Amino acid sequence: MDYRVILGISTTHLISRLKQSITASLGVTFGIAAFIILVSFMTGLNGMLDGLILNRTPHIHLYNQITPSEEQPVDLYDSFEESFNVVHSVKPKRSQSRIHNALPIINYLEGKKEVKGVVPQLLAQVFYISGSIELNGLVHGVDIMEEDRLFNLGDYIVEGSAEDLARSENGIILGAGVARKMSVQLGDIIQITTVSGDIFSLKIVGLYESGLADIDDVQSYTNLKNAQKIMGKSADYITDINVKLYDINDAVPLSKQLNKQFDIAAVDINSANARFETGSSIRNLITYAVSFTLLIVAGFGIYNILNMLIYEKMNDIAILKATGFSGLDVKMIFLAEALIIGVVGGVVGLIIGYLVSVLIDHTPFETEALPTIKTFPVNFQASYYVIGIFFALITTFFAGYLPASRAENIDPVEIIRGQ
Amino acid sequence: MKEVLRADKINKYFRDPVLFHVLKDISFSIQEGDFVSIMGKSGCGKSTLLYILSTMDTDYEGELYLQGEKLSGKSGKELSYVRNAHIGFVFQFHYLLPEFSVLENVMLPAKKLGKKSLQEIEDDAMAKLKLLGVDKHALKKASRVSGGEKQRIAIARALINEPAIIMCDEPTGNLDSKNSSIVFDLFDELSTEKNIALLVVTHDEDFAQKTHKIITMEDGRIVSS
Repeated sequence: MDYRVILGISTTHLISRLKQSITASLGVTFGIAAFIILVSFMTGLNGMLDGLILNRTPHIHLYNQITPSEEQPVDLYDSFEESFNVVHSVKPKRSQSRIHNALPIINYLEGKKEVKGVVPQLLAQVFYISGSIELNGLVHGVDIMEEDRLFNLGDYIVEGSAEDLARSENGIILGAGVARKMSVQLGDIIQITTVSGDIFSLKIVGLYESGLADIDDVQSYTNLKNAQKIMGKSADYITDINVKLYDINDAVPLSKQLNKQFDIAAVDINSANARFETGSSIRNLITYAVSFTLLIVAGFGIYNILNMLIYEKMNDIAILKATGFSGLDVKMIFLAEALIIGVVGGVVGLIIGYLVSVLIDHTPFETEALPTIKTFPVNFQASYYVIGIFFALITTFFAGYLPASRAENIDPVEIIRGQ
Repeated sequence: MKEVLRADKINKYFRDPVLFHVLKDISFSIQEGDFVSIMGKSGCGKSTLLYILSTMDTDYEGELYLQGEKLSGKSGKELSYVRNAHIGFVFQFHYLLPEFSVLENVMLPAKKLGKKSLQEIEDDAMAKLKLLGVDKHALKKASRVSGGEKQRIAIARALINEPAIIMCDEPTGNLDSKNSSIVFDLFDELSTEKNIALLVVTHDEDFAQKTHKIITMEDGRIVSS
């Protein structure tokens, strides 16, 4: 059709009042740039915080839970079946804290296609001894290389490395808080005693700092075999199994299945970390609300400027209609002007938003709590840029639609007669 | 001679603020090459009649034919096309688009019609401007030429799509006598040489006397023609 004629008129209008056009598109630019910056930064932050917790959290955690038995002996006795039985002071049954069929469970899980990896752990309650000091501690016997691969443990080892532990027979990666308290450093030997009183000497091959003081003050890592030796147990003594899946959404059904199949406590990541989801979605909501408000303000700016333009252009509209342009053509002219403002403003906004995001991404952000983070986290996801330009077009379309419809309905006779 | 425009019993009312019968049973016709002026006092309805004839005002009773085709009752879009293709306009106030160059102003209706290539349209527009003696201003902005020149550019624009009829509302109302006579000579030439029908609403007695036919209106009626 004659869209080129219409676009020609629109661009001439815009170019002949460049200042106004720029002001109008700047509104959109700011709105979109703010949206991009906010959303990139917010989701970057979300990703980092989630990653901080979720990356380290197993998707399914299997362990042997010690709980009082649901079924008390009195329930088994037929004579009391009809009566109301009250049992006071119920205590859990004494049993071992190991998972009693750990190796078959691990084999079973490793065979499943949705499982990315399975790591066995042995949690041992110990005391760290350095000279006359005794500190409460928790040693994780782990397969350190697998832990690093699946749960990024290496990110939190601030001195030494995962490989150092894997290579050493009696090495330990000590929590940074413990190390500070006992004033020991890399290469020193510390002694630990188990609950049963055995004493072992371990060499510090690494320091671990998660950023959470509660953990850093008690936790340490050693090889699984070493831990079993410390506890005086056999090679199948495993207290915890951590599972990482390819798709986090499989966690809930699989954990339910494992719970039933092996009669074992199975905690999935969703129930363990529900609050993180809530936090993320609220932050996203705020981002979208703020950006949308900015864009509405920009939309009103465009609405105003187009309304003014149409007032000034009454004569032009009348003459266009007199010389054969239909109402729809006139409407298209002004709508095209709004959309050009939207596209130009939006694209410039995307570019500015991107540049500022890059700037933020390179801004140093060092905090003791997060040893692996050196700069502010920013999420450069392409879909936000698509949403951004879409936002820009929608708002400018609506901002332009009303004035353009007004122009469509202007009666040329009234204008010409009015002179 | 072919009939170009025919009005048949046109009646028009203004409803605001009170009901007022502006045009009463107006009937007349214009042939090819006719140069007709409509005269009358202010408020006699001559401009109102022109807007109805020009198809811009559709709120009337009666029938209107252009080249034998009935225009009454057509949709706004169809009427836009009719105006674009068959009717040329010249107004008292020159009504050029100020941001566009003189040449673009003249080209615009032809671009809208879209029957010719851009190059042909540009050549046509230059030819019309030359015909009216304003081709030297072709690349100037429309806001930068004088009043008399603007009116001639407006006439060039009215001619661009080779219309069957040109309608003018006080075309000389804003011009001095020298420019008025230039405009009159142009119109005379168009009607005699190009066989275009011309309908001019005017107050200008001298101008009207020189046209081929005068329609005089009074109180919404044609009193003599």
